[in-house]
Amino acid sequence: MFEPSNIIVGLEIGTSKICAVVGEFNSAGALNIIGIGQARSNGVRKGEICDPVKAEEDIRNAIVEAEQMANVEIRSVFLGVTGNHIRGFNNHGVHPVVSADREITEDDVQDVIKNAKAINLPADHSVVHAVRQLFQIDGQTGITNPVGMFGARVEVDVHVVHGHVNRLKNPIRAVKSLQLDVDEIVFTGLASSLALLTTEQKELGALVIDIGAGTTEYVVYCDGVIKHTGVLAVGGDHVSNDLAYGLKLPLGRAEQIKIEHGGAILDESSKGQKISIPHELGLPAKTINLEHLRRIMSLRLEEILSLVEQELAELGLLDYIRAGVFLSGGCSRIPQIQTLAENIFDMPVSRGSSNSISGLKSALDQPEFATAIGLVRFGSFQQKRKGKPTISGGLKNILGTIFQK
Amino acid sequence: MNTQDIRAETITTEPTRALTAKIFGIGGAGCNAADHLARANFNGTFYALNTDAQALEKSQIQNKIALGNRRTRGMGTGGDPDLGRTIAQDELQNLKSLCTGVDLVFILCGLGGGTGTGAAPVIAQVAKENGALVLAIVTTPFDFEGTRRQAQAQAGLQILTASADAVICLPNQKLFKILDENTTFVELFKTSNEMLADAVRGVWRLLTDSALKPVDFADLCSVTRARHAESAFAIVEGVGDSRVDQVVEKVLAHPLLDSGEVLVQSDAVLVSLIGGPDLSMGEVNRLMTQINRNCEKANLVFGASINEAYTNKLGLTLIASRSAKSDLKPEPALSADRNSPTALGLDRPQFLDPANTERPVSRVVAPVPDLTTEAREQLIAAGARRGRKKVSRLQKELPLEIISKGRFDKSEPTIRHGEDLDMPTYIRRGVALN
Repeated sequence: MFEPSNIIVGLEIGTSKICAVVGEFNSAGALNIIGIGQARSNGVRKGEICDPVKAEEDIRNAIVEAEQMANVEIRSVFLGVTGNHIRGFNNHGVHPVVSADREITEDDVQDVIKNAKAINLPADHSVVHAVRQLFQIDGQTGITNPVGMFGARVEVDVHVVHGHVNRLKNPIRAVKSLQLDVDEIVFTGLASSLALLTTEQKELGALVIDIGAGTTEYVVYCDGVIKHTGVLAVGGDHVSNDLAYGLKLPLGRAEQIKIEHGGAILDESSKGQKISIPHELGLPAKTINLEHLRRIMSLRLEEILSLVEQELAELGLLDYIRAGVFLSGGCSRIPQIQTLAENIFDMPVSRGSSNSISGLKSALDQPEFATAIGLVRFGSFQQKRKGKPTISGGLKNILGTIFQK
Repeated sequence: MNTQDIRAETITTEPTRALTAKIFGIGGAGCNAADHLARANFNGTFYALNTDAQALEKSQIQNKIALGNRRTRGMGTGGDPDLGRTIAQDELQNLKSLCTGVDLVFILCGLGGGTGTGAAPVIAQVAKENGALVLAIVTTPFDFEGTRRQAQAQAGLQILTASADAVICLPNQKLFKILDENTTFVELFKTSNEMLADAVRGVWRLLTDSALKPVDFADLCSVTRARHAESAFAIVEGVGDSRVDQVVEKVLAHPLLDSGEVLVQSDAVLVSLIGGPDLSMGEVNRLMTQINRNCEKANLVFGASINEAYTNKLGLTLIASRSAKSDLKPEPALSADRNSPTALGLDRPQFLDPANTERPVSRVVAPVPDLTTEAREQLIAAGARRGRKKVSRLQKELPLEIISKGRFDKSEPTIRHGEDLDMPTYIRRGVALN
């Protein structure tokens, strides 16, 4: 309780739920998940806030629940952002090494990254992340950290994720209005990949597809670095909406049926079968055709995955993905979606789980929490970069702040 | 495309049998557009037709035809399409002689007023009857011009689509999407004229400038004739190494094509490409595969030409047309004795056409004729056959028009490759449930 910087909170404002995850460094310096809070989300469509008042209320509920579970006070969060406006692309930066002995210093590295970041974005866009890929020194490729090496010319590839300024500000404003600070905003696709992938998988090349309710995010790792990111503003909500339209059901019921009877593949066994929905308050009993249900669902899911596959095929990235495809998000729970994805991508597909973090086992297995857990993990990297928080350091900080006053 | 480029691109190569084209600018807006085109060295015979003598005086086109001097004394029609139509019909003989022996007639006009809306369909009809291919390139008024003008324009457009071979309609209101707020009013109208002129030039270039990949006159006919199409067009340019990507990106994001959605729905697409001598077949191929992918169902007519002025540049004019949803009956042939006095459907009573209307079955049942049993059975069998056939002929597929997007109705649409992903996939793919 005395050391607020020991706590890292990830907040994901999703389309179907808002989720806050609290993580803490344990005595061994490893990350441990100690609390989770979630609330049903009402003010979000396609990953972006459309009703700030409702969204704020839901965020408050999620944060309060997380605080109670972890028994901490939350002051700042790492905030996940997504939406149709977010784009990712690769850029290249060059920097000549000027020092007499040609030894590359940390400053040179910062300069070359700054050069790579200097790109002409659309006027109303700003950079969310600039993730460094591999360095090149005088044409020698594949260098992960050039500090201390010798060379005349450093080059770097970065992956830049950028989004519309005002649309990025909306979730920040919602969080700030609750008297919380935002440590940093993080693209949710990146967060999911941090939660799911191990270093070996990143080295081999992996694709993470997070199919949430409102959006589908995808991130490609090759040779240990991020090669491509993207967002498609289509998700589980669209599946429910299709079902509601096609089967003539109210949305709530369509959603329930999707969860109870849904499936990603139209197989022989579902042909000619009927499901009856029991009578409920105000809604009459009804029978629907299971084949129709499955057909509508499989067409939509196939389309989502095919759009991702097409994009990666055009970029020529599919051959570099050797560890396979990892699914997360609520839609990864749909039965047989792995088989469907295997057919489309022609590579092994599995549902990712956040194994590399310890803590509440029940939470770590859920694909819905992958993003929020990834946000905590992202936060932990940032904390480590600043310097591992120790008790003495913490005390110094506290004393420092007292003396400043 | 600015004026300098156009001047450099005067048509030089003519096909073996040279096509003759006449361009009619009708009404105020039409004359202005024709003026604009004439100034840019377009190769064709221009005619300016107007009821307003003063405005006609200002036009720089040499062949001026003042309409309705007898009826209105050169004072214009005052925005009355019926008057415009009557005046044009007065000049029927004169117009007929103008249109004989012409291959291609371009009609330029701004719909919504009196002269253009009323006279353009008459001229289109006359030209068509004389064997010319008629392309009407028209604008519809801005929203701020009022609902009455808009209604007149829509009614005029319907009649015009029935009488011309193809209508390319540019809703002026869409210009707001491509111009920014600070554009001057003069420039707004200038852009509108430029758009009309560009469309004429695009079609003409497609037919005559045949250096790399020629387009047949017959090709164009097959696309446009009897299609009664509504069209949209886009003109884009790309410069430098990435010109192909630029062009594709601009086409798919073009406001007049509703971000590529029009392309997906179109039945026929005309693509006219102009590049410098450095244009490689690979580039053309790459460009066309991308465009093709977005309009797989459409009949694609493609032409490319080479121009020195376009070195390191690539210009593309794309006209997408779609069959009109309602199959309009063409206007009855115009002749001296069968003159419909009130032509525009605004206040015309909806009389049924006696020739084409089926009579309802009479309630009075005639007595059974005295026949032998054999003859009766034959008759019944024939009746049953006929009946069945009739039923299957009458069974029509109803158009699916209103597709609700449910909870995404009010959110920003998600559009990829010109498809609105908020619409259920099974509907877009045309998969039937049952």
